[in-house]
Amino acid sequence: MTLYAIRRLLVAIPLLIGITFISFIVIHLAPGGPVDQIGGDLGPRSTAQMQKLMREQWGLDKPLHVQYGLWLSRIVRLDFGRSFAPDGRPVLHKIAERLPVTLLLNIIELLIIVAVAIPIGVASATRQYSLFDKFTTMFVFVGFATPDFWFALLLMMLFGVQLGWLPISGLRSPNWEYLSFWRQQWDFLGHLVLPIAVATFGGLAGLSRYMRQAMLEVVRQDYIQSARAKGLAEAVVIRKHALRNALLPIVTILALSLPGLIGGSVIVEWTFGIPGMGQLMVQAVFQRDYPLVMGNLVIVATLTLVANLIADVSYGVIDPRIRLAGRRAR
Amino acid sequence: MSGFWRAFRKNRLALIGGVVVLVLIVVAVLAPMLSPWNPYRPDVKKILSTPSSHHPLGTDQLGRDVLSRMLHGARVSLAVGFVSVGIAALIGVVLGAAAGYRGGSVDATVMRLVDLMLVFPSFFLLLAVLAFLRPTIWTIMAVIGATSWMRVARLLRAEFLSLKEREFVLWSHAIGASGFRIVWRHILPNAMAPVLVAMTLGIPAAILTESGLSFLGLGVQPPYASWGNILNEGKDAIEVGWWLSFYPGLAILVTVLSYNLLGEGIRDALDPRLRQAVGRGR
Repeated sequence: MTLYAIRRLLVAIPLLIGITFISFIVIHLAPGGPVDQIGGDLGPRSTAQMQKLMREQWGLDKPLHVQYGLWLSRIVRLDFGRSFAPDGRPVLHKIAERLPVTLLLNIIELLIIVAVAIPIGVASATRQYSLFDKFTTMFVFVGFATPDFWFALLLMMLFGVQLGWLPISGLRSPNWEYLSFWRQQWDFLGHLVLPIAVATFGGLAGLSRYMRQAMLEVVRQDYIQSARAKGLAEAVVIRKHALRNALLPIVTILALSLPGLIGGSVIVEWTFGIPGMGQLMVQAVFQRDYPLVMGNLVIVATLTLVANLIADVSYGVIDPRIRLAGRRAR
Repeated sequence: MSGFWRAFRKNRLALIGGVVVLVLIVVAVLAPMLSPWNPYRPDVKKILSTPSSHHPLGTDQLGRDVLSRMLHGARVSLAVGFVSVGIAALIGVVLGAAAGYRGGSVDATVMRLVDLMLVFPSFFLLLAVLAFLRPTIWTIMAVIGATSWMRVARLLRAEFLSLKEREFVLWSHAIGASGFRIVWRHILPNAMAPVLVAMTLGIPAAILTESGLSFLGLGVQPPYASWGNILNEGKDAIEVGWWLSFYPGLAILVTVLSYNLLGEGIRDALDPRLRQAVGRGR
């Protein structure tokens, strides 16, 4: 098992280097280089100073391979430079204060998606072509096609503006400091309801569909037939024999859907004014705060990689065939 | 082909999707003729007027007719959908074909690149690129295309891996056909089915991405109308003008739904086995 984990880790290292390489290319996509790009938009006030900052931070006057070496060596030391914003704080600090919010939201979303989508998928697979199955299939199609920002606006209009039940912006009410402890928690939870509803909607559709698919494949297998033939109750057949096997591919699907989920934070956080990494990213892009943009990009991709790695390893834990098959092949 | 049509015709949802897609294409092409008002002309006397017989879908903060703006927005969606998918397909086909046909280190490099691109949450990557480029409809198309070719590359590689061992390919080797000719004339035409399905399903994904970017204000820039940037204005008016948010979003939903139904219908009619290979992920 340890061997398997180490092997996955080794595969991840080139990907990690790749992340820094792609990000480095992104910097140089701008026509005439990123330094020229800055000039037009920001006016002469800060331009000259920023251009100087960028040349220093990224060593832009050196040859490309030297630049990449510098960029890499700084990232390895987790040095993403300083933000262009007037406060000029280190990028890493800015991201560190936003990261917990985004992580919290994404973990809650993931838990809800798993907890709701798996029962839905199982139920619609075991009752294929029933009314429930048709209804969930329709829900899946609509869920796939619904733009999350539109869904967010609809919920804001209904629950925020028309009914006035839920707050539609930020994570805390303006009078938060004056509330009692429990009131504060309640207030925080209220602020989470709509953003989480929006973020889980699309993922729910996707995972329940995959779960249904996986379940349908498993129940056709011979060992399910023999479980039934030896007279086990249908509930036991489904829960013990079918579900456990159907869950295996779902781990991979979940890992693959992580970048989408994290990417979705951009729109949800921006729409609901939640101070997480997604909102930080959009603000940084608007302000052309390049060090912050690059820091965000590298960190988000690295986190996704780590999450994939965890999923890979846990796949090996729950399914011995995976780790053994890999060993024999090599 | 007739077998395909017979199977496709039985799928009523896919037919409906196809009809809606056709109508949308016609609407987008004829938008200037169909629009009752000039979509760019503000009218201070009609700021945020509710839907009425004059303005069936109301007006926006500048008094511009929402219906006319949405009709013009349909052209943006259509163009972005087709062009960015075309770019993605081009990159995906070239890399996938090279990986599948050459194998070895070319294959390994391409597949690692695919893995790498999939590690980036696409919205973060798109935004980072757009921070350095000026967002115009052309850069948006290029950027969406350049970040969504991975599925096509994977599918085509898989097809090439199996096709290149088939007898008709071995025979063309034997009669001395060039590598390019074998790939272009013999393997590629036989490998295109899953790519076409992936492209059909890629169009709605690109439309969603473009409208998301425009919603953030980092996509198609005003005064040009796109469904996403009308929604961006709608966000600031949720308390006074529900129609500004409701209709453009509904248009996106219907469009994406129709393309998805059509794409899945084509896939099932072409080859039900593709259901496994060309699933949809987000």
